[in-house]
Amino acid sequence: MIPAAFEYRRAASVDDAVALLAEHGGDAKVLAGGHSLVPLLRLRFARPALLVDLGRVDGLAGVRNDGDVVSIGAMTTYCDLESSPIVASRAPLLAAAASEVGDPQVRHRGTIGGSLCHGDPASDVAAALLALDATLVVRGEGGERHIAVADVFVGFLETAIGPEELLTEIRVPATSAPWAFEKFNRRAQDWAIVGCAVLGGPTPRIALVNMATTPVRSAHAESALASGAAPGDAAQVAGDGLDPPSDANASADYRSHLARVLVARALSRACP
Amino acid sequence: MELRLRVNGTAVSNEVEPRMLLVHHIREALGLTGTKVGCDTSSCGACTVLLDGRSVKSCTILAVQADGSDVTTIEGLAPDGELHPLQEAFREHHALQCGYCTPGMIMAAESLLREHPVLDEAAVRRGLEGNLCRCTGYRGIVDAVLEVAGRRGAIAGAPQEAARR
Repeated sequence: MIPAAFEYRRAASVDDAVALLAEHGGDAKVLAGGHSLVPLLRLRFARPALLVDLGRVDGLAGVRNDGDVVSIGAMTTYCDLESSPIVASRAPLLAAAASEVGDPQVRHRGTIGGSLCHGDPASDVAAALLALDATLVVRGEGGERHIAVADVFVGFLETAIGPEELLTEIRVPATSAPWAFEKFNRRAQDWAIVGCAVLGGPTPRIALVNMATTPVRSAHAESALASGAAPGDAAQVAGDGLDPPSDANASADYRSHLARVLVARALSRACP
Repeated sequence: MELRLRVNGTAVSNEVEPRMLLVHHIREALGLTGTKVGCDTSSCGACTVLLDGRSVKSCTILAVQADGSDVTTIEGLAPDGELHPLQEAFREHHALQCGYCTPGMIMAAESLLREHPVLDEAAVRRGLEGNLCRCTGYRGIVDAVLEVAGRRGAIAGAPQEAARR
């Protein structure tokens, strides 16, 4: 399977990438690690006129401490998240989610920013970032704006990041709260059939993988916990109000069952 | 556009279309057919090569993304015709049957051994999750990688026992 022809530009800087996107808008796609986009190009589900490759842009990869926040460059790979001492100590839930993505080859190339911009409901790191209540920093010609991760995913493979905007950084509030990440799949390297990321503490956040058309928080389970329900009881409503897909891997009913089981397991560790 | 790579230690330069995948460039333009195309969907790992020393699936990378990088293919592991220790260990442990997955499996194992100085069986199995073998199962493959890890002094626990299991 060979992609359809496209024009290819290597951005020299963030400004250069933003200018290219401003010029070409919806006809352009940003290329990060390519592990979501290249498969789509190959299947010709995506046929952009122009690819803007971020591979040579300095300063977009890496993790740094920023006071109460861990700042993560959009081009940081899963592998780098897995092995970052800062992520391990200040956002360990994200390190755990990153280590569950695909396989080592995929984690060497795939990036946190690419995953968020792709907006796949099966994204492990998106669920972790929902539970961590991260903020996305995006740049356009008009300047920079911040988007709460809870507002980013608006539909199937659709995000609130505009076609002329570039995701540059993800800001994760540092936390020492207990956490848990659960992923159910049939084969080691597969996407989750269902997964969940939980951050404990006074107001626990519960995010689900593959339980809707987007990565999603479980509003019902979270509000049950907030009104004093026991974790086991809160888990029973984890899939309520959601419309999980039925596909070759699982029916919607089975996904709802998995959500209850996985959230119960995760809560037993993150909200003991 | 012009693509410059260092492939198995040799600088090469070619004109490529931006849509050319790295695996096709390696096989068709450079003639290095040790790297295989298996699933074509970044699942099976048969196309695994090292890009700047790290394992990647070359079917899911545009050749132009690799511009300026070092690429190591299976041919680059044994340039003088003498088997690389992993190749030798795969032979010793009957870690292949049809052999189609073997180049990718060995490149993934080489990357794993370079990245993780301490390996036990679980770490080897996890480290090879991106590579599928449809003939033999994974017993011999895991034993072969553990043996090389042991020889490099990098194995957790008792190397010889682990290698014999």
